[in-house]
Amino acid sequence: MRYAMAMDTKKCVGCGDCVVACQTENNVPLGYARDWIVEKVEGTYPSLNLELRSERCNHCENTPCVRTCPTGASHVIEGGIVKVTHDECIGCGACIQACPYEARYFHPDGYVDKCTFCDHRTSKGQDTACVAVCPTHSLTFGDLDDENSPISKLLRNRKWKTLAPEAGTKPNVYFLI
Amino acid sequence: MKEELIISGRNIPNIDPVLHIWHWQIPLYLFLGGLAAGLLFFASYFYIRGRGNELKTSVQIAPAFAPFFIIIGLLALLLDLKHQLYFWRLYTTFRIESPMSWGAWTLGVVLPLSFIWPLTYLKEMKKYFSKNFTFMYPIVSWVDTFIKSIKPLEKLIKWFTKHRYGLAWVVIVISVILGVYTGILLSAFNARPLWNTSILGPLFLTSGLSTGAALIMWSSKSVKERIIFSRIDILLVAVELFFIVHLFMGFLASGAVQIESAQLFLGGEFTAIFWIGVVGIGLVLPLILETMELFGFHVPISIPALLILIGGLIFRFVMVDAGQVTRYLY
Ligand code: SF4
Ligand code: SF4
Repeated sequence: MRYAMAMDTKKCVGCGDCVVACQTENNVPLGYARDWIVEKVEGTYPSLNLELRSERCNHCENTPCVRTCPTGASHVIEGGIVKVTHDECIGCGACIQACPYEARYFHPDGYVDKCTFCDHRTSKGQDTACVAVCPTHSLTFGDLDDENSPISKLLRNRKWKTLAPEAGTKPNVYFLI
Repeated sequence: MKEELIISGRNIPNIDPVLHIWHWQIPLYLFLGGLAAGLLFFASYFYIRGRGNELKTSVQIAPAFAPFFIIIGLLALLLDLKHQLYFWRLYTTFRIESPMSWGAWTLGVVLPLSFIWPLTYLKEMKKYFSKNFTFMYPIVSWVDTFIKSIKPLEKLIKWFTKHRYGLAWVVIVISVILGVYTGILLSAFNARPLWNTSILGPLFLTSGLSTGAALIMWSSKSVKERIIFSRIDILLVAVELFFIVHLFMGFLASGAVQIESAQLFLGGEFTAIFWIGVVGIGLVLPLILETMELFGFHVPISIPALLILIGGLIFRFVMVDAGQVTRYLY
């Protein structure tokens, strides 16, 4: 099993529902977030191109954040989901430094928190909270090892990119372009 | 063609806009670690070379500072943790890929060693402090009586005193590991392009050794020893300058993010503090002063020593701060 997410930049309208859904589902404290929206405008006026992205932890295959953790609090579970065990985390911040995507943050209680690909839902076959609420169906969650899964098909048929592949972490959130 | 590129990045109130999670604690810890490594290195090195009685300050006296530096450094590290009550988790596992874990264990080994080494020289220290820095004398003699009052401890120290040669080899190896580690801790972060260079280990080791040598030189009363350590310092500072040139050559010949991180020091926000504070005041000026001294001009030894120490401290702060600004762009 290899969980991944595809994010369709052509469909996203930047409403931020995924952000709110995550905050609600996962009790993210006020003023923090595990996923976020980035707007990118490029080109020469008047032919500008706008790209909207909903970003989160990439659940990388090569995980600098896990390697750098001195206690083993950061770890990888079934399906390649990267998680933090709160009461093993000493709050040293090494993993935050190690992530090229700034996907981790200090929870006000001291430990490090991040996107879990809603493993409490996905392990039961449900979608992640962000995928479930997205009104334009920009987000697709699924298993890359299954050739017939919707996400595998999407990645076969559409052009996609990952963020900062040169950082070498082999991200598993794919952006359809 | 005028291209527009606007990225309205994320804006999470309590996380953004800048990643700045390591404050003064980490640079202080790296500085003190390097300094302690320097003191222990020279003590064991000159002992192994059989010059223990000739270079008294470096082998017998100065290492007594090391445990205090290490303890303060560890306290700083502890203060930096956001989940402090779980500190002990560092010592219930060993993660071979995590530099933090290596550091915690190295310090765990260095700390007792840094106590043991000076304790084997209590007799010599008592003699030394009866003449110099006399305010230290009561402390040293109190430690002496304390150890004598606990028999097993006294026996242990005697055993180490007898096997000092073996101890010196252990200390020298572990002090080099400690010195290199202070750089590796940063260089292991691929996500921070400024840190992610293998020259950082040797650079921090050299800097740590030079601060150690500076402190020894400063506290030594013997002219001969001062000259030796002044020469060592000149050599180390020169090597450090060479490494710094190397560092920038490496960045400038590398990818976009590396070039960008070098720009922080070549016109960017850290330019002044780095070239004036670290290179000018911390390296070049003491280098000039010490060279003048060797040619017979009289310069109070405390000045170059202090400059090197301050330079070393600023260097850590600049590297830790600047590194956190650098990142991958996408
Ligand atoms: S995005 Fe960051 S936190 Fe997530 S797995 Fe990759 S390196 Fe780790
Ligand atoms: S902050 Fe916590 S999860 Fe991150 S590296 Fe340190 S101990 Fe591990």
